[in-house]
Amino acid sequence: MQTEPRWRLMLRRYAPAATLFVLALIVWETAVIIFRIENFLLPRPSEIAVTFWAELSGIWGASLFTMRAAVFGFLLGSALGIVIALATARWTVISEGMLPLAIAINSTPIVALAPIMNQWFGITNPFSKMSIVAVMVFFPVMINMVRGLTQVDAGALELMRSYAVSEVKILWEVRLPNALPFLFSAFKVSSTLSVIGAIVSEYFGGLGPQDALGAYISQQAALFHFSEAWAAIIVACLLGIGFYGVILLVERWVMPWHVSVRSDE
Amino acid sequence: MDDTDFKQSVSSVVKVFWSITLTSVISIQNISKVYSQGNVTALSDINLEIASGEFVSLLGPSGCGKSTLLRLIGDLIAPSAGMVLVNGRSAPEARQSRDYGMVFQQATLYDWRTVSKNVQLPLEIMNYPAAQRETRTREMLRLVQLEDFGQHYPWQLSGGMQQRVAIARALAFAPKILLMDEPFGALDEMTRERMQLELLRIWGQTQTTVVFVTHSIPEAVFLSTRVVVMSPRPGRITDIVDTSSLPTPRDFETREAPLFFQKITEVRECLRRDEVRGASS
Repeated sequence: MQTEPRWRLMLRRYAPAATLFVLALIVWETAVIIFRIENFLLPRPSEIAVTFWAELSGIWGASLFTMRAAVFGFLLGSALGIVIALATARWTVISEGMLPLAIAINSTPIVALAPIMNQWFGITNPFSKMSIVAVMVFFPVMINMVRGLTQVDAGALELMRSYAVSEVKILWEVRLPNALPFLFSAFKVSSTLSVIGAIVSEYFGGLGPQDALGAYISQQAALFHFSEAWAAIIVACLLGIGFYGVILLVERWVMPWHVSVRSDE
Repeated sequence: MDDTDFKQSVSSVVKVFWSITLTSVISIQNISKVYSQGNVTALSDINLEIASGEFVSLLGPSGCGKSTLLRLIGDLIAPSAGMVLVNGRSAPEARQSRDYGMVFQQATLYDWRTVSKNVQLPLEIMNYPAAQRETRTREMLRLVQLEDFGQHYPWQLSGGMQQRVAIARALAFAPKILLMDEPFGALDEMTRERMQLELLRIWGQTQTTVVFVTHSIPEAVFLSTRVVVMSPRPGRITDIVDTSSLPTPRDFETREAPLFFQKITEVRECLRRDEVRGASS
């Protein structure tokens, strides 16, 4: 196969998406102008960009709060999910009993709990947001971790049996590495989930627009400041993408051997 | 000493002497295996003695219990009746003292370990010192002619290369017995013949006792000193064909020798006879 220079490979891979993105912006911009769409219904992208720049410092402060809720909630939920999965996978009876329940809970809208969490922990307490995120993250992480620990190749286990090793050793040498890809696919889903969870739980008020991104968006929208709201939504998107990107980087670093990382060699 | 203790120690002494006088490494005595689910008799009353340094193939159609027998020897499963003795000890004891190297149809390499780390796995588990692990791993990779691939991950290797790594891993800790369950079953014919030669070369160098499960008649004849022919429903040994008269070391010429064809025919007739017998009963 002919080897191409790296920049051409990158161009070939990313050019279609980038072109489509720019095209969409142009269509949006011209549509707003041609159809005379009122600013409070849909601002032009260029207007949003200007507001974004002007409001950046205020939005930045609010995003830090939101990001903190998302990240700490993510860490808390993941840690709990992993610990519970380890405990239940050890005793298959428990995990078999719990897994259907966990899957059922996982498919309910956990964000609906946000007002309750706000009451439990206090509406201005950042922990009320973190706990929503933690609950949202907990289930996918736990479910995937249990699967990763139990869905192990029978041959890999027989090999360990032939070496006559302890269950702890099998956990360490086979089950945990086997669970890593499962865990990271849960992390990838959870990283975007956690930003959603943090923002939605902030919609329920109690925080000032300078405090949290969710509060900022809902209040600017209520005041018909749509450019500001959109600017904040863009930041929210970037937070989600950024978090996802960090998980991808960690994945590459932790399991360079895995199929999802086997890049162009 | 009370009576039952005394009886037990006498019987274990007798067992040890029994196996020594037969000079067999593996002694399979009246083994049966019944799977409780569906009440299937996988193996019925198997007796077989395997001597040190032998290369024994278990051959038969699917369902004859050849894999089951191999797994019983390796104590991956327990028999319903009878016992397996390895150097006078029970199969579980032999497994505990790591007498077995195993190779399966799938290479079952750990994706998260490089090739050399995979070969090192048993050495790590058995707490070999680091320096010895390194040298031993290099030796093994040289033995299977993969010394340049130590830093690769399994997915970067072809099926045949992966299987060679699995063999290197199985031999790394110099087990007394090598148990192989259709190790070349998933390979293409050309690779397969090359791997057979390589396995014989390794066997010649290490003098390990090999038990090899296959459903290929030429493979069994080419590799073995004895071919154990098995038949299904219930799984049992019907014939044992001595193939040690085929000259060693075996090579490309062996496959074209008249004696090779003669032995293949002999084995095939055994299998055919079983089939006819099975159909009439």
